[in-house]
Amino acid sequence: MQGKLLRRMLTRYDLYLLLLVPMVWYIVFKYYPMYGLQIAFKDFSPSQGIWDSSWVGLKHFDRFFSSYYFWQLLWNTVSLSLYSLIVGFPIPILLALLIHETPSRKFKKWLQNATYMPHFLSLIVIIGMLNIFLDPITGMVNRVLAVFGMDPVDFMRKAEWFQTIFVGSGVWQNMGWGSIIYLAALSSIDPTLYEAAKMDGASRMRRIWHVSLPGILPTIIILFILQIGSWMDVGFEKALLMQNPINAERSDIIATFVYKTGIQEGQYSYTAAAGLFNSVVDFILLLLVNGYARRKTESSLW
Amino acid sequence: MPSRAADEKWFNFLIYGIATITLVIVLYPLVFVLSASFSNPEKVADGSIWLLPQGLTLEPYRKVFENESIWTGYANTLFYAGAGTLVNIALTVMAAYPLSRKDLPGRQIFMFLITFTMFFSGGLIPTFLLVKSLGMINTAWAMIVPGAIATYNLIVMRTFFQTSIPVELQESAWLDGCSNIRLLIRIVLPLSKPILAVMVLFYGVGHWNAWFNALIYLKDEHLYPLQLVLREILILNQSDDIGAGMSERVLMSESIKYSVIIVSSVPVLLIYPFIQKYFVQGVMIGSIKG
Repeated sequence: MQGKLLRRMLTRYDLYLLLLVPMVWYIVFKYYPMYGLQIAFKDFSPSQGIWDSSWVGLKHFDRFFSSYYFWQLLWNTVSLSLYSLIVGFPIPILLALLIHETPSRKFKKWLQNATYMPHFLSLIVIIGMLNIFLDPITGMVNRVLAVFGMDPVDFMRKAEWFQTIFVGSGVWQNMGWGSIIYLAALSSIDPTLYEAAKMDGASRMRRIWHVSLPGILPTIIILFILQIGSWMDVGFEKALLMQNPINAERSDIIATFVYKTGIQEGQYSYTAAAGLFNSVVDFILLLLVNGYARRKTESSLW
Repeated sequence: MPSRAADEKWFNFLIYGIATITLVIVLYPLVFVLSASFSNPEKVADGSIWLLPQGLTLEPYRKVFENESIWTGYANTLFYAGAGTLVNIALTVMAAYPLSRKDLPGRQIFMFLITFTMFFSGGLIPTFLLVKSLGMINTAWAMIVPGAIATYNLIVMRTFFQTSIPVELQESAWLDGCSNIRLLIRIVLPLSKPILAVMVLFYGVGHWNAWFNALIYLKDEHLYPLQLVLREILILNQSDDIGAGMSERVLMSESIKYSVIIVSSVPVLLIYPFIQKYFVQGVMIGSIKG
């Protein structure tokens, strides 16, 4: 039996050879950083290296959790994610239903191609466009406000506008792309189900509700789990690009704090602790939601 | 109760209405930027542009192309995207093909090790320290190696190999004495052109739009990719060296923002229609639980 397994492996030695380089890459660039996370419990000094730096227990976590900015960072992170989820999650589903229901094939294609396009623009371009359109003097939005006799608003420098602009532009950029996966699920629904519903006299609205939505529910659940699993990780690069000293009270999330205090100021151990807190919260959320979905529904990641 | 036909008509009216509004919301900002980029800077500044270009001119584009850092940025990005995508595709295929073979002992273990990294990671600081200790800071390597594989893409590719390449074909080739590597190159890859196109698009656009790794790993401005140059012009407002006179300079530095957006986005938007028919397929494959 064992000899047989060994022979099976040996005759496929070239497949292992192919795997070798990618696996080495995974070990170095994905698993070694996990090993490096121990600096969160140490006082890392570059001259001593990761292993030889001295252990300090939970010192960095204590400092982070008791710092005066911790609760604000946490609230900024959690609320931004919640806002993104509530607005950003349903819209691609609605868009997919809209595209699916559009009778004209040509119009359908237009709608698809146009809404996919912004996904390919870079974040820098998106923030650049926000700066252009929301400019307090020359920006289109303020020009329209002026037509209605309203005072101009410096949107990009107002803390209270940060989350709305963040989420709104995210929807504009990604709703089309996000809808593809639902459209795929919609097109794999058995057409006879629609026919049967039609025979029973169900209106278009009722067919969406009773045939389309249940048909794509498994996809919705999987994507929902994935999104919950990156709760603390929401749009870090975008928040960083949109950040300025004036809106920082809302735009500073844990990830941008890690970048500024860690990479820019060199407090590696301290921010590794903050980063680990982020990763662990995400991982636990993923386990919880997936476990719940597995018990209550038939769809789960594993 | 309204009749069936009336219900249909009303519903279609609603659908077309919402769809048209969506289309306008998505397209208007793009059309506006395009129009403004071809407009007289004064017309841009005084807000007389609503949809179509005013005072047609190519001056903003001329200014963009006179800017040396945009040229170096463009060249650097072309190199990072080209070399980077090549490495991405090679490594992704090298991992995805063996893992797609159900007859490979131990594939579940490898698959678990790979998938796990999607849900837990060392995070920014340990990765930064690693890249630093590998001596990649301020080198082109930092733009290519740390992101050499995207796990999601790997899984999509593996699923494609598993579901779209007939196993019988591979088995009979194997029985004929064809080695696995020959099998991959001669039979599997030629049948995988759609997914390879999707991967080139995903990875290529990723490289084209990447900026954060460059921000933390590159110090030398001559190595900066296009996106970091863009960031200086669009977000940090540092395009002062572009115009000539004082007031003209202010006007032009505003106007150039539009043309620089177009210049930097055009390559991606140009290849997009060609690959577009493939990527829907790519995303669909990704949605199949593998």
